Amino acid sequence: MIFGAILAGGIGSRMNIADMPKQFLQLGDKPIIVHTLEKFLLCSRFERIYVGVHPSWLLHMQDLLEKYVPDQKERVTIVPGGSDRNSTIMNIADQIESDFGEDDSHIIVTHDSVRPFVTLRIIEENIDAALACGAVDTVVEATDTIVVSEDGKVITEIPNRRKMFQGQTPQSFRLKLLKSLYHDLSEEEKEILTDACKICVVRNQPVKLVRGEVSNLKITTISDYKIAQAMIGGNAVD
Amino acid sequence: MINYVYQLVSPHVFSLDYQDVDFTSEVMVRPRYMAVCHADQRYYQGQRDASILRKKLPMALIHECCGEVLRDCTGTFQRGQKVVLIPNVPGEDDGMIYENYARGSRFLSSGSDGFMREFVNLSPDRIVPYEGVPEPVAAITEFVSVGVHAASRLELLAHSRRESIGIWGDGSLAYVVACVVRRMFPQARITVIGKNPRKLACFTFVHQTCMADMLPPGFSVDHAFECAGGEGSYYAIDDIITYIRPQGTVMLMGVSENKVAIRTRDVLEKGLTLVGSSRSGRQDFEKAVSLMENREFQNRLQYIIYEDWPVRCMKDIQRVFETDLSTPFKTTFRWDM
Repeated sequence: MIFGAILAGGIGSRMNIADMPKQFLQLGDKPIIVHTLEKFLLCSRFERIYVGVHPSWLLHMQDLLEKYVPDQKERVTIVPGGSDRNSTIMNIADQIESDFGEDDSHIIVTHDSVRPFVTLRIIEENIDAALACGAVDTVVEATDTIVVSEDGKVITEIPNRRKMFQGQTPQSFRLKLLKSLYHDLSEEEKEILTDACKICVVRNQPVKLVRGEVSNLKITTISDYKIAQAMIGGNAVD
Repeated sequence: MINYVYQLVSPHVFSLDYQDVDFTSEVMVRPRYMAVCHADQRYYQGQRDASILRKKLPMALIHECCGEVLRDCTGTFQRGQKVVLIPNVPGEDDGMIYENYARGSRFLSSGSDGFMREFVNLSPDRIVPYEGVPEPVAAITEFVSVGVHAASRLELLAHSRRESIGIWGDGSLAYVVACVVRRMFPQARITVIGKNPRKLACFTFVHQTCMADMLPPGFSVDHAFECAGGEGSYYAIDDIITYIRPQGTVMLMGVSENKVAIRTRDVLEKGLTLVGSSRSGRQDFEKAVSLMENREFQNRLQYIIYEDWPVRCMKDIQRVFETDLSTPFKTTFRWDM
C-alpha cells in the first residue's frame, strides 16, 4: 500500500507572524497545509494520508479537516509530531503499521506541509521510483554556484555546479527500509541526520532522484510567503 | 488547491500560471493524452490577427484531450474512470439552438484556458466516459465529434437522395469526416477530392479518390463536405458548386482567415443549401465515443495519428508544436506534467 505523510510538526519560529505555525497561514483563501493536503488527496494511489502535526495544534488541524475537506476526512489521519522531522516520520510509520499492519511493500511519500506547489507529476514519479528503488529524493538543478567553506571565512572548494542539486520534497521510501535504517542509528547520529534521505546515503542505500519544480518552493520565511501569495495572485496576510 | 496552468503568452512562448481552484467544485480530471489542432497551431505560430492575440493571450492551448477522473464531488463518475473532455461551455439554452452555436457559449482554448493544465475542473455534463479506446486515439475524440456534428446535420438537413457524397480536402478533417460518413451513410458512394496524392492514398476505405484537377468527366455528387479551409476554401467551394447536383447540401467546415468569394448565381440556380458547421456538443461526443469503441474505426483513426514523445517539461510543449508542423495529420502526446 502507498501512504502520504505530510509533515507539519514545526511551530513556525522563523516567520514571526503572530504565533501561528507557517503551515496554517492563509495562502489565497485557505491555509497552506490545506492546499498541500488537497493535492495529495487528488492522488488516488494513496490508501491514506497521514498528517504529522505538533501536539499543540492537533485540534486546529482537526478543525481544518472538518472545514475544508469534510467529505474526504476519512482518507486522512492526524498523528502527533515528534521532537524532530525524522521522529515525526517514525510516529507516522508506527500509526501506519497499527492501522494496516506491517508489510514489506508499504511505501511512504513524505512531504513538507509548507510546499503547497507540489504537482501530481512529482507525487506520481515519487511513487513509481519508490516502488522500483526503495528510496527517492526530489531535486532541482542548482542554479547558484555552491561554495564550500570549512570555517565560514575562506573558500575551501567550489564543486562543479552540474553535479549540484537542491533538495526538495517529497522524499519517498519503502517503509520497512526506512524504519530499519533509522532504528540502526545511534542517538548521536539521529541528532545529526535530520534528513531522511541522508540516513539512506550514510548507510549506502541508493536514493533515486526525481525532478522537482523550481516553483515547488518551501514557504519558510516571510519573503517566501509573499512570493507564494504573488504566485497565486493573493494578498499576504501579515 | 493550486493548479499549474501552462499558458501561451506570445507566439512560441509558454509561461506557467498558478491558479487557486476550489477543491469542492465539480469534477477534477487529470489530462493524460492531448492532440494538437490547427487552431492551436495558429495561436502558437502567431498567425491570428495581432488584435486577437492581444485579446486572447495569455491562454492555455489544446482542446482535444482525454484523461482520468481524480475526484468527483457530484458522484457521477468513479475515481480513475477514463473520460474525454468537452471544451465547449454552453451559454443560453432555448431548446432550439445547438450548444456550440448558442449565444454566450465559450470554448476552452479560444478565449478561456484550454486543457494544458495539471488538472482540469469541469461540470459533469462536460465529461463523457469511454472504454476500450487506446488513449492516443481517445485524445482526438473532440476532432471526431466535429465530424459527427457535421454528418448529423447533413442527415437532418439534406434531401433524402444520398447516393454519392463528395468530401473536398485531404487532411485530417477530411479523413475523419470520411470515416464518420462511411459509418453514418453506409449506402453512399464516397469520393474524396484533394491535391496531395500521398495523403489521398491514405483514404483506402472510400470508393474513390480524385485529384482536384483531374475529376472524371460527368462527375457529380448529391451532397458535399468542404474540409479544405484556409486558401483552399475558395477552390473547394468553387468546385463543389460546379460538381454538386441541384438542391444539394454543402457542409462548410474549413476555417478561413480571409473572405471567400462564392458564385452565388450558381448557388441560386441549383437551389443549393450551404451550411456552416463548427465544433460540436455533448450529443456529438457521445456518438463519437460509440463510433470509436468499434475496433475497426479505431484502427482506421490510428493511421492518421502520430504519437510524439511525452511532454514532461515546458520545453517539450514547444517540441510538440514544432513536431506537429512536420506531421501530415494529427499529433498526439502523453501529458506528464
